[in-house]
Amino acid sequence: MLPIPNLLVILSEYLAQADALAHECRVLLDGLDPATRLDVAKGQLNALKDDRLATLQGALRSLPAEDRRAAGTAFNTLKTAIESALDAFASRQAANGDGRVFDGTMPARRSWRGSLHPVTLVIDEICEIFRELGFTIALGPEAETEWYNFGALNFPPDHPAMELHDTLYLGEDTLLRTHTSPVQVRTLQRFAPPVRVLAPGQVYRRDFFDATHAPAFMQLEGLAVDEGVSFVDLKATLAEFARRFYGASRRVRFGPSYFPFVEPGAQMDVEVDLGDGKGLRWVEILGCGMVHPNVIEAAGVDSEKYTGWAFGMGPARIAMSRYGVNDIRVLYDSDVRFLEQFAR
Amino acid sequence: MIVSHEWLKQFVPHTHTAQEVGEALSRHCVTLDNIETLGAHLSSFVVAQVVEAGRHPNSDRLWVTKVDDGSGTLLDVVCGAPNVVAGHKYPFARTGTVMPGGLKIEKRKIRGETSNGMLCSARELGLGEEHDGILTLETEVAPGTPLLDVIQVADARLDLDVLPNRPDLLSHVGVAREVSAVTGVPMKAIPADITSAAPSVSAHRGAESAQGVHAAVTVADAHACPRYVAVVIKGVRVGASPAWLKQRIESIGARSISNVVDATNYVLHGLGQPVHAFDLAKLADRAIVVRATREGESIVTLDGVERTLAAGTVCICDGTSPVALAGVMGGLHSEVTDATTDVLLEVAVFEPRFVRRVRKAVGLGTDASYRFERGIDGGNTEDVARLAAALITQVAGGEVVEVLDVGAAPSERAPVVLRPGRLARLLGMTVATGEIIRRLESLGCRVTEVDDTLLVHAPSWRHDLLLEVDLIEEVARLVGFDALPDELRPFRPGAAPDHPLHLASRRVRDVLVGAGLAETRPMPFTANGNEQSPRVRNPLAEDEPYLRASVLDTLARRAEYNLSRMQGNLRLFEIGNVFTPRSGRLPLEQMRVGALLMGARRPPHFTEPNPPAFDAWDAKDLAERVAAAAFPGRACSFTAAPDAAAWDVVVDGVGPVGRVEAVSVDRPVWASEAWGVEITLGVLSSEDVAAPRAHAHAPAERESAAAHAVRFAPLPTTPAAELDLALLVPDTTPAATVEAALKAAGGDLLERVQLFDEFRGAGVPGGMRSLAWRLTWRHPERTLRDKEIEGRRARLLDILEKELGIRPRAS
Repeated sequence: MLPIPNLLVILSEYLAQADALAHECRVLLDGLDPATRLDVAKGQLNALKDDRLATLQGALRSLPAEDRRAAGTAFNTLKTAIESALDAFASRQAANGDGRVFDGTMPARRSWRGSLHPVTLVIDEICEIFRELGFTIALGPEAETEWYNFGALNFPPDHPAMELHDTLYLGEDTLLRTHTSPVQVRTLQRFAPPVRVLAPGQVYRRDFFDATHAPAFMQLEGLAVDEGVSFVDLKATLAEFARRFYGASRRVRFGPSYFPFVEPGAQMDVEVDLGDGKGLRWVEILGCGMVHPNVIEAAGVDSEKYTGWAFGMGPARIAMSRYGVNDIRVLYDSDVRFLEQFAR
Repeated sequence: MIVSHEWLKQFVPHTHTAQEVGEALSRHCVTLDNIETLGAHLSSFVVAQVVEAGRHPNSDRLWVTKVDDGSGTLLDVVCGAPNVVAGHKYPFARTGTVMPGGLKIEKRKIRGETSNGMLCSARELGLGEEHDGILTLETEVAPGTPLLDVIQVADARLDLDVLPNRPDLLSHVGVAREVSAVTGVPMKAIPADITSAAPSVSAHRGAESAQGVHAAVTVADAHACPRYVAVVIKGVRVGASPAWLKQRIESIGARSISNVVDATNYVLHGLGQPVHAFDLAKLADRAIVVRATREGESIVTLDGVERTLAAGTVCICDGTSPVALAGVMGGLHSEVTDATTDVLLEVAVFEPRFVRRVRKAVGLGTDASYRFERGIDGGNTEDVARLAAALITQVAGGEVVEVLDVGAAPSERAPVVLRPGRLARLLGMTVATGEIIRRLESLGCRVTEVDDTLLVHAPSWRHDLLLEVDLIEEVARLVGFDALPDELRPFRPGAAPDHPLHLASRRVRDVLVGAGLAETRPMPFTANGNEQSPRVRNPLAEDEPYLRASVLDTLARRAEYNLSRMQGNLRLFEIGNVFTPRSGRLPLEQMRVGALLMGARRPPHFTEPNPPAFDAWDAKDLAERVAAAAFPGRACSFTAAPDAAAWDVVVDGVGPVGRVEAVSVDRPVWASEAWGVEITLGVLSSEDVAAPRAHAHAPAERESAAAHAVRFAPLPTTPAAELDLALLVPDTTPAATVEAALKAAGGDLLERVQLFDEFRGAGVPGGMRSLAWRLTWRHPERTLRDKEIEGRRARLLDILEKELGIRPRAS
């Protein structure tokens, strides 16, 4: 048998064999099932490469001196290539669960989910609908003067109507607003009609904190003032709101009511299902009415020329019925187990 | 306001059901809260006649009877009542009937005798307290007739939510007027219950006093008491009320007391006029004097409480001392008792403000004060007085001997002008003038048509009809809001833009929710306050009387609430107002966002079962994101506290507007540290916008997003050159100082400086740390050569050494 000529003393042959080995190693590793255990993969790889790599290393010394540098670089490139092929396999395998079968039913690496308060969710939805109907958002202070809270709103001094608002006083004639209606007056004083605003905000009453009452709660006020604004506008806009909020098939009705700052005063009832198994029933959703001329005049606006309508509603009550919360205190406690139920 | 449906029919003889009446009132007048059906539990009882009654063979107290219940078969019934008499009729519960107490009547043997049902007493039927025997029915109806056809307890109680503008609805006659207006059934002139005509004894009259034969009345304060009518009735016999009166009183849930007292209550609830009956014999000098109290006077009121009156309180007195709190409650001494024979009936008008003062001073609200405070009908006081007197003589006997009438009815108010055109514009729908007139007249208004306008005189019981718009409301509600078209009409968009703080809070909120925080809406009161803190003067909960000065303080308490429930992974935020005192003005009100981080930075995962806890750097990051959202386009910087994990937030060089810090929370050992962020979004102005009845109209300003729009930076086309520098930095030198020096010395082409490592330990001397920065340079047109970077490195190290004494860490 003829001795095999040692072709590796030729540089081109050396480079070709190094390339070939690198290629074969890559093909071997890329072709392996990622579920293959790492030691098994390494065994197969060693079987393929160990002898040939040693041969190539040994052959370096046999090469002509002027070719050794190029061959050495090629040898190093080959080793790096094998290592990176093995790394690539290992990471494919890691993505597959350390060599086990990939179990896609395991949970994602989640981040914390934030949440909005249920009362905020309701306020947002109401604001969205009124935004569709042309309203912008106005805000006012929670600490108010008696004039903005009562006087400008046509509450006669020393009148039982004031007793509907058990008031928390800060000073002689300063108080925590009992409703968001002072924003009506502030807005009419600040902006010339047409005015079309929505004022969500915290209001205060001197109530005990129990399952159905809270001394501070959110209210949402609406006001539209312009020339020629009528009760029909009030009725149609609020009824449209109710249909968009509760569903197009909901029935809506208006009945008389009384608030000193509106005349005629009304309330809107909607036939809703409170989810308590009792089916549809009429529920008072909001109080409303045509802005009293005394209020428009108190804001320095001509009540003969301008008319308007206003409404006020309690988003906390709506949130309670919508989400089945039967104790209002839960809304304030800030228990994360409650809040996280509203996570998005 | 509780209204009896049957009682209502005495005033307006309509034929509608209580449900229909309630519904109509709800649609046109006043909200119906509830209807309670009375007597429904008696629907299965019948009238039965005892045909035979004999002694029970085995008992001294029991009777064995044969009862005809109309079924055609005589029933054996055992009865224990002493008053069972053959031939009489009684209420009868057949077997199977369920008693008001829940007991089911069944066929059973009583001492050996079979009993098929039960003859009932009034108490057993829930009709009264008498238990002397079974209830004898004076009736001609045939046995088997439903009991409810014989005793008129079937009624319905309407619970009406009467609001303060309609005191006229606080009586049956008032509600009846509305029923009449809505249904078109005319009112009766005199309620059907009161049979005798009003006594025609002539009255002694006077502006300030009236002297009669049997009594005298003097009013010293006509302002508090514009009208005082007294009727003297002699020879009454105080006793039980007749059944019909008792039933009226009980039908609204009140308790029957005696014929005279029940009659006064009939007038109160029926006619809306509070009246009081004095025992005339107990009044010193047989006199009534309405006057201011003198120092030290007191009265024992009907409830047995002695009440000392501040001098100057207007009071009803006799010849010597106070006998009643005017408009509130009578005195015990002159109370009508069984021994009373002569009565002085007070039918007066007291001014609302005056009664409110008395009521508040003594802390005693009554049905009478409730009505006086809201305003009673002062237009027909004498007629009501005569009607009341007639009712008393009808139920308690006696004779009206004298009427004393001091003061006068209020003069009629000026008419209100109503323009049908204005009504059409305000309602958005035209109502024919004829219909307007008809509707107003149905309420008792007098209407005169003058050219295109209507002159409207409101009736004396409607104190609320003062302006044109009040009349428009009356027409609108009677026509019915449902009659108005449900039709969206064109509108002009409003002049007011969104409030900037609303926009800021929405942006901030989105950042926080995106960062995994939960919004809270806790109560803004706190126990943490001092002399200066804004304080609620009349808090209900004395433990938290102050308005908070910090949102984080509130969140810390909420964190503690959660910790006490074993919840330690907390990411809470709130956007709410805080209050700073200002002398002589409303407190300064700021809208703030507060956020609290505590516990695991991420939810546990099988790849990371114990995630690290939030630390100061998480809080600083959150604050940076919140500040960027709150103040778009403005430079937000963080001033570090020396040697502590806390930062002040500064915006455009102004501040601090916020703070990042560790939050003091009372926490159990298993809980980790809490970190907080609190940033002021802005001030909610509470200044007067303008003086009352004036405005400060100005064009709206809305901050344009164009002002702080991001400018696009062209993407690089050349490769960057990077250099890592590990420097030994003394603990006393802030990293920011080094970074500033690097930026200053790095040259124009320095693109980025990033701190990527901090190391203390082997090779780093004490009092120092190794900080490593990666610097990135880029030339816009060509690749930087190694030599150029090497040159910069040498220059940087040179400057750092010279300026800060900082050297590279030996590698």
